[in-house]
Amino acid sequence: MISKEEVQHIAKLARLELTENEVEKMQKDLSAILDYFNLLKKAPSPAKILQEQNFGGQARKDEILPRDASLAEKIIAAAPDKKDDYIKVKTVF
Amino acid sequence: MDLTELTIKQAHEGLKKGDFTSVDLTKAYLEKIKKSDLNSFLSVTEDLALSQAEEADAAFAKGYGAQGKKIGMLCGIPCAIKDAILVEGQKCTAASKILENYIAPYDATVIKKLKEQGAVILGKTNLDEFAMGGSGENSAFGPTKNPHDKTRVAGGSSSGSAAAVASGEACYSLGSDTGGSIRLPSSFCGVTGLKPTYGAVSRYGLIAFGSSLDQIGPIAKNVEDAEIVFKAISGKDKMDATSTDYKFEESNISLKGLKIGVPKEYFVEGIDKEVEKITRNSIKKAENQGAKIIEISLPSVEFALACYYIIAPCEASANLARFDGIKYGLSEKGKDLLDVYLKSKGHGFGAEVKRRIMIGTYALSSGYYDAYYKKAQEVRQLIKQDFAKAFEKVDLIFCPVSPVPAIKIGERTGDPLSMYLMDIYTVSVNLAGLPGLSMPVGKIGDLPVGLQIIGNHFQENKILSVASYIEKLLT
Repeated sequence: MISKEEVQHIAKLARLELTENEVEKMQKDLSAILDYFNLLKKAPSPAKILQEQNFGGQARKDEILPRDASLAEKIIAAAPDKKDDYIKVKTVF
Repeated sequence: MDLTELTIKQAHEGLKKGDFTSVDLTKAYLEKIKKSDLNSFLSVTEDLALSQAEEADAAFAKGYGAQGKKIGMLCGIPCAIKDAILVEGQKCTAASKILENYIAPYDATVIKKLKEQGAVILGKTNLDEFAMGGSGENSAFGPTKNPHDKTRVAGGSSSGSAAAVASGEACYSLGSDTGGSIRLPSSFCGVTGLKPTYGAVSRYGLIAFGSSLDQIGPIAKNVEDAEIVFKAISGKDKMDATSTDYKFEESNISLKGLKIGVPKEYFVEGIDKEVEKITRNSIKKAENQGAKIIEISLPSVEFALACYYIIAPCEASANLARFDGIKYGLSEKGKDLLDVYLKSKGHGFGAEVKRRIMIGTYALSSGYYDAYYKKAQEVRQLIKQDFAKAFEKVDLIFCPVSPVPAIKIGERTGDPLSMYLMDIYTVSVNLAGLPGLSMPVGKIGDLPVGLQIIGNHFQENKILSVASYIEKLLT
C-alpha cells in the first residue's frame, strides 16, 4: 500500500490540499489502481520505439492571430481578483 | 404531432414547408426540459434559443440564410451542448464547483459552425466533472438519470447530452469523447453517438482533459442525423493545430461483401451474457445480408485500459493545472500564492478529478515516469499497430460498447476501478485515434444496448453508411 507520506508528497506536487480522510481514501484507491497498472509489465515492447506518435496535424506558424479587443476584456473579467486591466496575484513569499 | 419526436431531417422539412416554425419547435423542447426530472441540463439558455429561433424563422420566410447563403439543414433545429464546450456569454461549468460561475468569453469552433448554420442552442448539458467518468455520477451537480429507468445512470461522461436526445429534450446534441464519453452514454440511453477520428473536428473551445485523446462529436436520434451534424462541425481549424483538412465523402457502402472484423479478445469473461447475445445477433444480421465476418485478434488490447488510465490522467494533471484560482473560477483566500493554489484546487475539485490528478502526477513524477508514462506510450504504439494490421484485412470492426447495460445509480461509486472497467471496449479507439460509433441494436428489459462500429482513420463515411443499413435491418 502506498504510504500516507507519499500521498501527501504527490498532493503537494499537484498543488492539492487534501483532508485527513481524503488522504486515507487516496491511499486505498491509488494502491488498487497502481496494482492494476502492473499488468503493463507483461506487455512486450514495440520492435521500434517511436519517440513521437504523430496523429497528423501540424503546429501552426508562430504568428500573431488578430482577435477582437473585447476578448481581452472578457478574459480579464473572468479573473477572480483584478485591478484595471491587470489580474492580481498573491505574493509568492 | 409531438414536435420533439422529429429527426433533424423531418424537422427541417416541416420548417421548409411551413408546417410549424422554429419558435414552435424550440418552445416544445423548452417545455419538455422544464418538466423533466432527469437532471440532463445544467443550464437552459432560453433567451438565446428563442432569439436564434426567431432568426431562423426569418431566414425561412426570406428563403435564404445570413449573407444570402442557402439555408442549412441545422437551421432552426434545437440542440443541446455538453457543458465542457464554450458558448459565448453563457456559463460553462464542466460540472465542477471550480467553474460554477465561469462565463465563456468566446465560442468554441464547433459552436461557431453551428451558429453559422442557424442552430438553436437550448442549453448546456450535465456531465461527469471535467468529463472524467463513465456513469455521469461524478457531476458536482448530481447525476443524470437514465430516461429508460430513472434508478439507473445515463452513462458518462456526456450523460446529459445522451439523456436529452433520448428523452426528446433536444433534437441532437454535442458531446466529447476521451475514452468512451460519447459512445458509452449513447449505448446506455439508446441513441446514436459518433466519436470522430482524432483531428476530424476542432477542439478549440472544449475544456481540455486528455489532449491526445479528446474529440468532439454528435449524439443524435439516428444515423442520418449524426451524419448531418458531423458534416457541419468537421474540418480544419487554424485554432486547433491537430485538426486536419478533411472533407467528408458521401458514400454508399452496403453490407454485401463487406468484411467485418470481430475481435476475439472482446468476447471473454466479464461481458454480460445478454449484451453478448445482442451484439452477436446484430453481427449475424449483417452476415445474413452478405457481409463476411472475420475473427480478428488485437493482442495488445488487454493492456488498453491500464494504458489509458495512465495516459489520460497524466495529460489531465497537466491540463487541469490551469485551474489555480488566478485566471478564472473559484479562488480561495490564502496567506501566500501556494496557499491560494492548494485551497482553490482542494476545495474546487471533486473526488474523481482529484484522484486522476494524483494518478497523473504520480505517474509523471521522478522515479516512476519510465515504469508508467513511458511504458504506457509504448503500449499505445502496440495498440495502434494492432488496429493498423486489422484494417489490412477488414473494412470495419464490430464489437460491444460496454460489457454491461446501464448500471444502478450508486452501484459502483465506492470502487473507482470497477467504474473504469466499463470503459474496456471504448478506450482503445481513443488511444489509436480511430473513429467509433455507438448505435442501439437491442434491449435487455427496458435497457438499451449499443453496438460499436470502429473504422480506420477518417472513414466516418464507411461507418455511417454501414450503420444506416444496420439501422434499417432493425426497424
